[in-house]
Amino acid sequence: MTSSTVRPGLPPRHAAPNVVSVALWCAAVAFVMWSFAGAGLSLERLERGIPALGNMLSRMFPPDTERLPQILSSLLVTFQMAVAGCVLGVVLAFPVAVLAADNLSPHPAVKAAARGLIALFRTVPDLVWALLFVIAVGLGPPAGILAIMVDKIGFAGRFFAEAMEEADKGPREALEALGATRTGVVFSAILPECLPSFVATSLFALEKAVRGSVILGLVGAGGIGVELKVAFDLFDYDTAATIIIAVFLLVLAVEQVSDRIRRCLI
Amino acid sequence: MSGVERFEGVTARSASGAAVAVFDLRKSFGERAVLAGVNVSIAQGESVALIGANGAGKSTFLRCLVRLTEPDHGAIRILDRVVTDLGTKDLRRFRSQVGVVFQKHNLVPRLSALTNVVHGVQSRAGGPRTWLQGLASTEVRDEAHACLEAVGLGERALQRVGSLSGGQSQKVAVARMLMQRPRLILADEPDASLDPKAGEEIMELLLRVAREKSLTLVTVSHRLEHAIRYSDRIIGFGGGGVSFDMSAAAASVVELRTFFSERVAA
Repeated sequence: MTSSTVRPGLPPRHAAPNVVSVALWCAAVAFVMWSFAGAGLSLERLERGIPALGNMLSRMFPPDTERLPQILSSLLVTFQMAVAGCVLGVVLAFPVAVLAADNLSPHPAVKAAARGLIALFRTVPDLVWALLFVIAVGLGPPAGILAIMVDKIGFAGRFFAEAMEEADKGPREALEALGATRTGVVFSAILPECLPSFVATSLFALEKAVRGSVILGLVGAGGIGVELKVAFDLFDYDTAATIIIAVFLLVLAVEQVSDRIRRCLI
Repeated sequence: MSGVERFEGVTARSASGAAVAVFDLRKSFGERAVLAGVNVSIAQGESVALIGANGAGKSTFLRCLVRLTEPDHGAIRILDRVVTDLGTKDLRRFRSQVGVVFQKHNLVPRLSALTNVVHGVQSRAGGPRTWLQGLASTEVRDEAHACLEAVGLGERALQRVGSLSGGQSQKVAVARMLMQRPRLILADEPDASLDPKAGEEIMELLLRVAREKSLTLVTVSHRLEHAIRYSDRIIGFGGGGVSFDMSAAAASVVELRTFFSERVAA
């Protein structure tokens, strides 16, 4: 089509920016620059940091496998901690999510309380929960399990509630129309409808728990994180490399297995 | 003013033991009055078709009968109960006696036909044994299977509803309704999403069930020939109220089509 055949009145491809949008863009750029300046990241520090990083990496390889049995034992504890915390969190997230879901909550005040709880559990980092539980129940895996549980109630609770809100309202309405109770509606209509979504969320929660449980050891909540901290504190970088590779393989394996389960179930 | 008091003004026909008696029913959505003072009385064992243009208020009327939509004003008496005055528990008990068949079937597609039918028992009993057919008692499973056989789907009991055709799914919905052992059947366009043959099968099935058990059947339909063939009486909705109320035997498709044309033109 030539330009002469273009119909009159065709709207322009791009609208000319107005003063407000230009000002907003300038403010956004200034905000990002202010953030970099405040964080103290500079080229000079990067230049100094790169050789130090290179030095550390050179000391990491080849990884030292002398302590492999202890590392694998700690890794197993980490995995067990993640599974236990995740299962507890996901199971407890379900009733909280029912109370927080728009279409299922029995009362607006209950919904607000449940949503507030989910928001609290989700926004406070698991590391902070671990610090609190280390004080409460002492050093070791129990504190890690509780920290993971709380974090997963927040994570799974939010996604479970959203899935239940988005579920087809037809089956629910049909059961309400025949006089079913709220519990009957949840377990007969909502739960089967949302099960694939719940399984996917739970597997993501497990992956996240396995990754997160490594860090929890750094604050004394048990598992491989303790080994990693000790290795770095003693500048035992080749042992640290073994730990990092072991963690990487564990997380990769969990992701692969959960991915396969998701594909089978959904 | 209670619903019983309001019923003092109802016509003699509704007062003399009608299965359904509706007095001055009003319902608005925002500024739009869908039902503006509807009065209807339906005798026990009668089969009534509600017809009217889209948005005429037929489905809203039907939903108001079981309070899936709350009326703004008016009184409804069904099976000797003033529905508009019922509290939560009594409403649930009342709904258990009314079988509702929806246009979109409203089944749980991931569950088997048998489990969906077992859900119908929740009108009489609750608890985990009504959530899945595998958990249900032998008596309940037996009755649910008999309901499926009554609609011709006994051999597909364990098939997932999601894999059934539209007509078969609607038959499962009818079987679930039978499982309720209802005293009244409300059907909201049960033939709308089905091909002509399947639509006729469903209408025949509903009428057969209603006749066999002397139940009242109220059906919303856009298929005028179905309204004439499968009902004793036709009520036309339009302009927020009842436009005509005639015997199906005296109605003709041409006459009803003229009513529709006038309504659409208006």
